[in-house]
Amino acid sequence: MSKLTPVLSANWDDKDSFTIEGYKRAGGYQAVTKALAMEPDAVITMIKDSGLRGRGGAGFPTGSKWGFIPQGDNKEHYLVVNADESEPGTCKDTPLLLANPHVLIEGIIIGSYAIRANHAFIYLRGEIVHVYRRVQQAIEDAYKAGLLGKNIGGKGFDLELTLHAGAGAYICGEETALLDSLEGFRGQPRLRPPFPAIAGLYAKPTVVNNVESIASVPAIIKNGVEWFQTMGTEKSKGFTLYSLSGHVNNPGQFEAPLGITLREILELAGGVRTGHKLKFWTPGGSSTPMFTDEHLDIPLDYEGVSAAGSMLGTKALQIFDETTCVVRATLRWCEFYKHESCGKCTPCREGTWWLVQMLQDLEDGKGTEADLTKLLDLCDNIAGRSFCALADGAVAPIISSLKYFRDEYLEHQRNGGCPFDPVASTLFKTVGA
Amino acid sequence: MNFTPDQLKIMDSIIARYPRSRSAVMPLLHYVQALDGYVTPRGIEKIAELLDISTAEVTAVSSFYTQYRTEPAGEYHVGVCINTLCAVMGGDAIYDSLETHLGIKNHETTADGKVSIERIECNAACDYAPVVMVNWEFYDNQTPQSVKDLVDSARAGNPTPPTRGPKTLRTWKQNSEVLAGLNDGLANEGVSAGEATLLGLKIAKGGK
Amino acid sequence: MTPEQALLETQAAVEMITVVIDGFEVTVPKGTLVIRAAEKLGIQIPRFCDHPLLEPAGACRQCLVDIEINGRAFPKPQASCTIPVENNMIVKTQLTSPVAEKAQAGIMEFLLINHPLDCPVCDKGGECPLQNQAMSAGRPESRFEGVKRTFEKPVSISSQVLLDRERCVLCARCTRFSEQIAGDPFITLIERGALQQVGIYEEDPFESYYSGNTVQICPVGALTGASYRFRARPFDLVSVDSACEHCASGCAMRTDIRRGKTLRRLAGDDSSVNEEWNCDKGRWAFKYLTSRERVASPMIRGEDGELHEASWPEAIAFAAAGLKGKRAGVLVGGRATVEDAYGYSKFARVALGTNDIDFRSRPHSDEESSFLSSVVLGLKTTYKDIDKADQVVLLGFEPEEESPIVFLRIYKQLRKRALAVISDAPVASRGSVKLKAQLVSDISSISGLTSKSVILVGERLGEKVGALSAAVDLAEKSGAKLAWIPRRAGERGAIASGAIATLLPGGRPVSQASARVDVAAAWAVDSLPANPGRSTSEILHALIVNNLDAVVIGGVDPLDISNTALSQLLNSFVVSLEITHSAVTAVADVVLPVAAVIEKSGSFQDWQGSARTFEKAIADSLSRSDVRILSMIADEMGTPINLPTVAATAREIAALGNWDGAAISFEKTSTVKTLATEEKMNLTSWRLLLDLGTLQDGETNLAGTARKATARISKTKAEKLGVNEGELISISSDLGSLKLPVEISEMSDNEIWVPRNSIDSQVIANLGFVNGQVTVVKA
Repeated sequence: MSKLTPVLSANWDDKDSFTIEGYKRAGGYQAVTKALAMEPDAVITMIKDSGLRGRGGAGFPTGSKWGFIPQGDNKEHYLVVNADESEPGTCKDTPLLLANPHVLIEGIIIGSYAIRANHAFIYLRGEIVHVYRRVQQAIEDAYKAGLLGKNIGGKGFDLELTLHAGAGAYICGEETALLDSLEGFRGQPRLRPPFPAIAGLYAKPTVVNNVESIASVPAIIKNGVEWFQTMGTEKSKGFTLYSLSGHVNNPGQFEAPLGITLREILELAGGVRTGHKLKFWTPGGSSTPMFTDEHLDIPLDYEGVSAAGSMLGTKALQIFDETTCVVRATLRWCEFYKHESCGKCTPCREGTWWLVQMLQDLEDGKGTEADLTKLLDLCDNIAGRSFCALADGAVAPIISSLKYFRDEYLEHQRNGGCPFDPVASTLFKTVGA
Repeated sequence: MNFTPDQLKIMDSIIARYPRSRSAVMPLLHYVQALDGYVTPRGIEKIAELLDISTAEVTAVSSFYTQYRTEPAGEYHVGVCINTLCAVMGGDAIYDSLETHLGIKNHETTADGKVSIERIECNAACDYAPVVMVNWEFYDNQTPQSVKDLVDSARAGNPTPPTRGPKTLRTWKQNSEVLAGLNDGLANEGVSAGEATLLGLKIAKGGK
Repeated sequence: MTPEQALLETQAAVEMITVVIDGFEVTVPKGTLVIRAAEKLGIQIPRFCDHPLLEPAGACRQCLVDIEINGRAFPKPQASCTIPVENNMIVKTQLTSPVAEKAQAGIMEFLLINHPLDCPVCDKGGECPLQNQAMSAGRPESRFEGVKRTFEKPVSISSQVLLDRERCVLCARCTRFSEQIAGDPFITLIERGALQQVGIYEEDPFESYYSGNTVQICPVGALTGASYRFRARPFDLVSVDSACEHCASGCAMRTDIRRGKTLRRLAGDDSSVNEEWNCDKGRWAFKYLTSRERVASPMIRGEDGELHEASWPEAIAFAAAGLKGKRAGVLVGGRATVEDAYGYSKFARVALGTNDIDFRSRPHSDEESSFLSSVVLGLKTTYKDIDKADQVVLLGFEPEEESPIVFLRIYKQLRKRALAVISDAPVASRGSVKLKAQLVSDISSISGLTSKSVILVGERLGEKVGALSAAVDLAEKSGAKLAWIPRRAGERGAIASGAIATLLPGGRPVSQASARVDVAAAWAVDSLPANPGRSTSEILHALIVNNLDAVVIGGVDPLDISNTALSQLLNSFVVSLEITHSAVTAVADVVLPVAAVIEKSGSFQDWQGSARTFEKAIADSLSRSDVRILSMIADEMGTPINLPTVAATAREIAALGNWDGAAISFEKTSTVKTLATEEKMNLTSWRLLLDLGTLQDGETNLAGTARKATARISKTKAEKLGVNEGELISISSDLGSLKLPVEISEMSDNEIWVPRNSIDSQVIANLGFVNGQVTVVKA
């Protein structure tokens, strides 16, 4: 028995897994019946008890988030699903929604019922049009089936669900930027407090949850807290999607209990690209400090990764073998953060502008050892000084790559340029670059 | 040129999805791209009028998001992922060969108006790297040659279908209309999941 | 409630919080931001985006400090402009925390990497927060060796504001001001990341009446005014506190002078009036003084019919001779200072022995005369009442056009707490739209006012028969607070000074013998004239029917009164006190040059009745205030008024004090309904803030942002006339006509609105009236 635990992914290999019939055949929409028979507070308690933590990166307990919504305040409440998956390396919500949008809708119905929201939104990244089709069709079918709209399941619960396409802005994955974007503004983060639970969408109490977090809810309701807790580690309960990509023989999605190690996943995936060896990897996307082959046995749960100096993030395991220049990789990530900086605050806007230029010089062999000191000093002036966490993410690859591969930076200078052959790292060096 | 009554009706229906009208600015911008191919002055002015906000406020939004274009896109807009992982695994090589092949640069369109290209950031399909998107449909596991073939087929009017998407590649404007929330009825076409997506499930079922 | 109880109550209402900043305790009201609590201790935390009147942004990150609460330190430095004080908070600024100091130095370095080194040619150089803070907190040498971001510089975002994006630090003060304070989000942040910039939508320039404030609060030289660009260095300017002469809002101003010339004017700080803002007219319209030919010396009309320069003694003697023993009246423009108006008032009563005096160079009525002399001086409504109002009613008043700071105050409350606004305008102005005003056709239909409501009456309400009476009725019945807001800066002061037939200074009714005796005693004359005096139109009429022989006239544009006013002056002896040559000086018998506002001291009374005093900006000006010249003429006539200086006048006004007897009672007039016939339409007009007003002369950059004149009519009417939006219609009265493009608006089908004094739409000159019945056809 492998350590894998397909729950969300269990029916993905059905040809019609994304249809309402397919989902129902796989046991879908049973949890919602169960939840609507419960008191909303009992639903919140159950999710709290399960120990489910946010799967979008920060790992905040989902049930607690729901519990923060003030009840009896005579205000509209909103549930907003963050489906703006954009962190480099992260590719879990997208295939999930392509294969089974209904599990998200079921989770949304349950979550909205629990927090007493009558309108929910899915903020979907705009650059994945077929996923938009699938989710939209699923919503229309759920309305037709009486699972959305007025008096759901005859229980007197009303819920409208609106699908909203983003338009290309990584920052909208930050929950307050997402809310501003959804309100029709530039997606720039808001001051906190007030937190969304008090004044979120349209200044009303709002929960913002990641797709995978909400999609995990029906299974918990259906199978119970104990079942959920049989998976995972002490403080990181349950199953989750690990997305393996890069220089491995078989990249893909691996649904496993929290706490599995990269070594275990790599084994399942047939290992690092044949003939090559692991050089560095990210545990949860590009903004989580990189690891090396020293970290193969770290349990991939919130605590384990954090103890090793990084973050579990989105469990986006990007694997790079020894053909990859770490300076080039870092430069490209930094270019991404520069491109995606919203521009609101000085350290992020100006800092990424500067960092990219310095990294480009280093990659071109024009940097000196003194530049590395300056680079780290700039990172120090950016990290923790900016308005939101985007800039922290921008410096994470720089600091961590310098920690493990400082000499490779200097080798560029000694070599008068990048010592790596870029063709060597491609997948098709023999089929014609 | 004015928008037709039918188009205005659609705009009203987009606004009606939201508790507050201003929220409709993004889908309306997608809709303007569906009609005009990019965010046109008439689109900005109409949106400002419909939402009772200033044209500067609409510009503030449209210029923030990279999918909104200030110039017409080609009928087939090709985005090559050049974020780290795809770049390293071949995205850079694909992009370079595409520029050479088409004779255009980033954000430019071929003279026949068929193909425009763009360097794009991570597209959430890293397990299918290197990834190319055409009109925001997935083209997984690409090579320089496959992308050349792809754009040639598109220019010939018979584009290679997406890896995980509808049976036929739709145009930039048609897909912009989908993002504005107009259902084209193609949701059921294409696979439920690609091979990489199913890898873990397959292994689990294989009882390894 | 005793004052002590009241004090206790306020203290209870505002919770006070004590925090420690850099080792010093400071106690401030709950909600105070750390950055401002520090200011109270004299600790200046550097900042760019922070502005006390704008919502916090936390964008520039320059004000990072270390904070701990209850012994728990924030893991990273916090923006002190976004964090309110809390009990048991300990703050360490750059003065005591090396972390905060490094954080701030780091931000400063980031701000400078893309900042151009063009301080030597930048208007802001010498008064630039970025320059100053870079000097104090920046590195002596840049560590940046890369490529700076470049933009085309500068770009015009309106005819009066230029934008240099390279200099911009993206603090968003300007965009927040435009959205939050002015309600004109015509400039916004556009693009993203390192390319983020301030911008407009290309087709729609930054034409806000308040755009100049963004130039003033820009912490760098990104936004500059076209008229001041490259004109001066801040350290070459002498700044003088002044008051704005343009309207009755009462803005505190700062005038910057170099070698006897005004280089620029800025909004001054007065939290009870204009806070820190002003309008573009107040800021930029000061070239009227130099745009026309200044009257350089006294002039006398000779036998040849031409004006000839004369010496002061000659001219004074000539004027005195022409007035002495004659039946003469006095016309004072609405822009006179309190002291000058007092001079005219006293001159009329003492030297001319008449009550024929009026300050109204505009349409007026007996009903208004009664209202002004009975009601206005008793009105105590203030800006604070707007701040607390439950509803604001606008009657014959467009605040954004006619008193822009009043508009800002109402708008502030609208944003803060959705204050309800009602207007009797026939069509929604842009200001009304921003205020979400509910339009009513009839004052009598307004209900639901309380003692917390505020009724703001504009001078135009007097143009509608019975409307002032209806407004007073409404206030009396509901207990709502009433205010009268004239358009010109001098009008309320003119009433208080007795520059009106019915009142002596201090609100003393001419009709009261005791009041006359009072003033006569103070002025050391035997008696004051008791006969009822004439109004402006009556004085003009008396001049042509030879019931008056002469007129003393100061600061009046005859076309503001009627299209016949000028001709009515032709056959009398005219003494003109003027700053520049004008229509009146062209027909005057003697012209006496007077000082402009910047050349004299004095005061205005704003609409609240508060004094807005100002000092001479040009200390060594030889020009004299009107009151001084009047005093010289009176001396020459042998009927001295003893007002040799502005200061002496102010002392006399203060000594005289206000009338403590009963005010005259307001003689109300009943409303007369004017019914439009099938062929005619009711025309209404008001002045736009930026128009052909003479005080805007010579400032083309400002004029470029004026709203274009359109004729507003209903859709149904437009269809009936067969015109589309933007097509011309011809509007005519018995006296003339004008042609304007149509703007289709929500309004009654028989109503038409046009601007009163804009390009192509000068209704007094073109139609002969300001409101009335017109014939409208497609042009």
